[in-house]
Amino acid sequence: MTTLLTIEGLTKAYPGVVANSDVSFAIAEGEVHALLGENGAGKSTLVKMIYGLVKPDSGRMILHGHPYEPAEPRAARAAGVAMVFQHFSLFDALNVAENISLGMESPPPRRQLAARIREVSDAYGLPLDPDRTVGELSAGERQRVEIIRCLLQDPKLLIMDEPTSVLTPQEVEILFRTLRKLSSEGTAILYISHKLEEIRTLCDSATILRRGKVVDSCNPREKSAAELAELMVGSKLQTPSRPGATPGEIVLDVAGLSVRSASAFGTSLRDVTFTVRAGEILGIGGVAGNGQDELLAALSGEAQARAGSIRLRGTPIGALGPNQRRRIAILAAPEERLGHAAAPDMSLTENALLTGAIREGLTTRGFLKWPAARAFAERVITAFDVRTPGPANAARSLSGGNLQKFVIGREVLQRPEVLVVNQPTWGVDAAAAAAIRQALLDLAENGAAVVVISQDLDELMEISDRFAALNEGRLSPPRPARGLTMEEIGLMMGGAHDMETPHVDA
Amino acid sequence: MDLSTINPLVLIASLMVAATPILLAALGELVVEKAGVLNLGVEGMMITGAICGFAIAVETQSPALGFLAAMAGAALLSLIFGVLTQILLANQVATGLALTLFGLGLSALLGQGYNGLKPPPTGKLDLGPLGDVPVLGKVLFSHDMIVYVSLALVVAVWAMLRYTRLGLILRAVGENHDAAHALGYKVVRIRLAAITFGGACAGLGGAYLSLVRVPQWTDGMTAGAGWIALAIVVFASWKPGRALLGAYLFGGVTVLQLNLQAAGLAVPVQYLSMSPYLITILVLVIMSADRGRAALSAPACLGRVFHASS
Repeated sequence: MTTLLTIEGLTKAYPGVVANSDVSFAIAEGEVHALLGENGAGKSTLVKMIYGLVKPDSGRMILHGHPYEPAEPRAARAAGVAMVFQHFSLFDALNVAENISLGMESPPPRRQLAARIREVSDAYGLPLDPDRTVGELSAGERQRVEIIRCLLQDPKLLIMDEPTSVLTPQEVEILFRTLRKLSSEGTAILYISHKLEEIRTLCDSATILRRGKVVDSCNPREKSAAELAELMVGSKLQTPSRPGATPGEIVLDVAGLSVRSASAFGTSLRDVTFTVRAGEILGIGGVAGNGQDELLAALSGEAQARAGSIRLRGTPIGALGPNQRRRIAILAAPEERLGHAAAPDMSLTENALLTGAIREGLTTRGFLKWPAARAFAERVITAFDVRTPGPANAARSLSGGNLQKFVIGREVLQRPEVLVVNQPTWGVDAAAAAAIRQALLDLAENGAAVVVISQDLDELMEISDRFAALNEGRLSPPRPARGLTMEEIGLMMGGAHDMETPHVDA
Repeated sequence: MDLSTINPLVLIASLMVAATPILLAALGELVVEKAGVLNLGVEGMMITGAICGFAIAVETQSPALGFLAAMAGAALLSLIFGVLTQILLANQVATGLALTLFGLGLSALLGQGYNGLKPPPTGKLDLGPLGDVPVLGKVLFSHDMIVYVSLALVVAVWAMLRYTRLGLILRAVGENHDAAHALGYKVVRIRLAAITFGGACAGLGGAYLSLVRVPQWTDGMTAGAGWIALAIVVFASWKPGRALLGAYLFGGVTVLQLNLQAAGLAVPVQYLSMSPYLITILVLVIMSADRGRAALSAPACLGRVFHASS
């Protein structure tokens, strides 16, 4: 195979941190090349340099034997480099055709473009209606928009940044079939993921980054997932352990819970029913945007529901607000760390006060007890190994993983009877994720009822006793997690959202 | 009271004149907000346009030069807002409010010595035989240039937003500036251009007040027209056609209540004076009552500071 892109000694430093240091590797035509690394290892910076969003400090790239220095994404696209972003770069209020047209250099007139979209989407088994508003699409469909936007430009190199984190297993399979077809047609794919099993099934070669440096490269098919994980982290990983406990009585009983979504593009909850027992972890999976945020809001009290639809040990609590629920030990940690779970510009002490004031007794007659609040924040920091100079630092200054540990720890230390968490380890490095999962397991072990909402199926399978999936605001009946196959889980999540298998001619 | 003194034809003709300043300012602000910028300085830009246009028209005895100067002056003022909010990343709400206060003060200063003067008359556009059409000729075809410019601008802005690539990029920047940046569009540059356009429109509207509608210069003569234009943009759900409706409704009620006052309607003058504001807002609120649809057309990044982090 001929070499498509060679990267030699790329270095990029930001104030206080070297994102990439002397990174070199090569991608051949038609190769599926994995870029592996933990959060903060420098994967994103590296692909941003290839896509022309960031200029390297030193080093060079060679594409097709010519020096390649894209000054902006436009230049990269012209050279045949396309990228599917981790956080979709789509415009909710515009329709599919408009979104695709925005990503093209010289888009054809509307009608021709719509025809081209239908043609390409059929050829790759990714059906799309060009006239639909993107805000109404499922996550899988939104990703199709991005992929087709890239395919219309006939790319030589397709960069995919964490493409499968929002897909059902069936959708992942279809995506992989599309990618294999592309690769057989000669398109090279640079695939970024931290899902090691996926990389082992899809990729031909892998480059592993740690703290901005290339530490190894290998053929992922010849390594086990555990070996790859060790290469990424640089040390042995501790997998959370769980003693088999027998669940106690029913603590949280949700029956016929329906809540209208507060946002225009949100999903309303419809007739959600489940129970959680003391000492049990209920895992709730599902593709993002199927009612996860709304379910957390309904359980935490942010969104109010019919009183009888949520009961704590038989007492109806559906109409109580967040503080009243905290008082009776129902606590929650939402997904969005900055802005929802924590106030970014307030100190950790103040953030500890915000949810801990009631249960930890941090106020008297409306006045704050600063020493007690500081002590509580310090307790969270020590118990959960939050890396920060001290509780006076702003929440914003912490890295994602550390802030997440703080947010989860703050709730866990308030001795909840019911804890609801949404995406507890999203964007958190492997070591911190393991610590957070262990904390949730320990909490259940001590008799709390825990609801974990997550899109990471591996995580849910690892820690939950029972599993249910959200699909368009409805919850599937919970089933014991042990012994569930990926196929069954996929069907619970709503299958492949009317995707077709590609008509592969190659 | 004698309602027969109110001639409906004259009423329609004069409502078009009354509505034109607000319509122009609202169209400009609509484009600005579609690009994701909330410029609350419309009032300040309008009154700056009013005095720039008035002064230049008086000095040169040319209304056309006056209108051009008004656009240039207000656009320049809006660029202050643009530089502060887009490049120095200042808060848009605070900066916009400051721009209004600054514009009011600046215009009072520039207007020293222009109080009580008469500007050169702005000629009616001669539309030939159209002006001789009975009834319609007097109502629709006997206005000055700017009235037709404002109507053409409604169509142009609508078509631009809906059918052109420029409009698509503008909407994309207002909808999700991070995504637009990631795709390689120059968010700051596009927004600065939109802000300048908004300033020029507001300035033209202001000059129409001081040169045609009133026509003379007094301090603070815009009297809240800029704020009404801002309200119209929001309640018109960022649609040019509805902005036209809102502006003409406001102009219509304003003219009507003046006529009613003259006719001696037995209602306290204060109620009549507040009626245009109340009725316009009420009608537009009812029209945009469907929350879901209104939320769809609101630019998602409206008022948010854009900073290219990487």
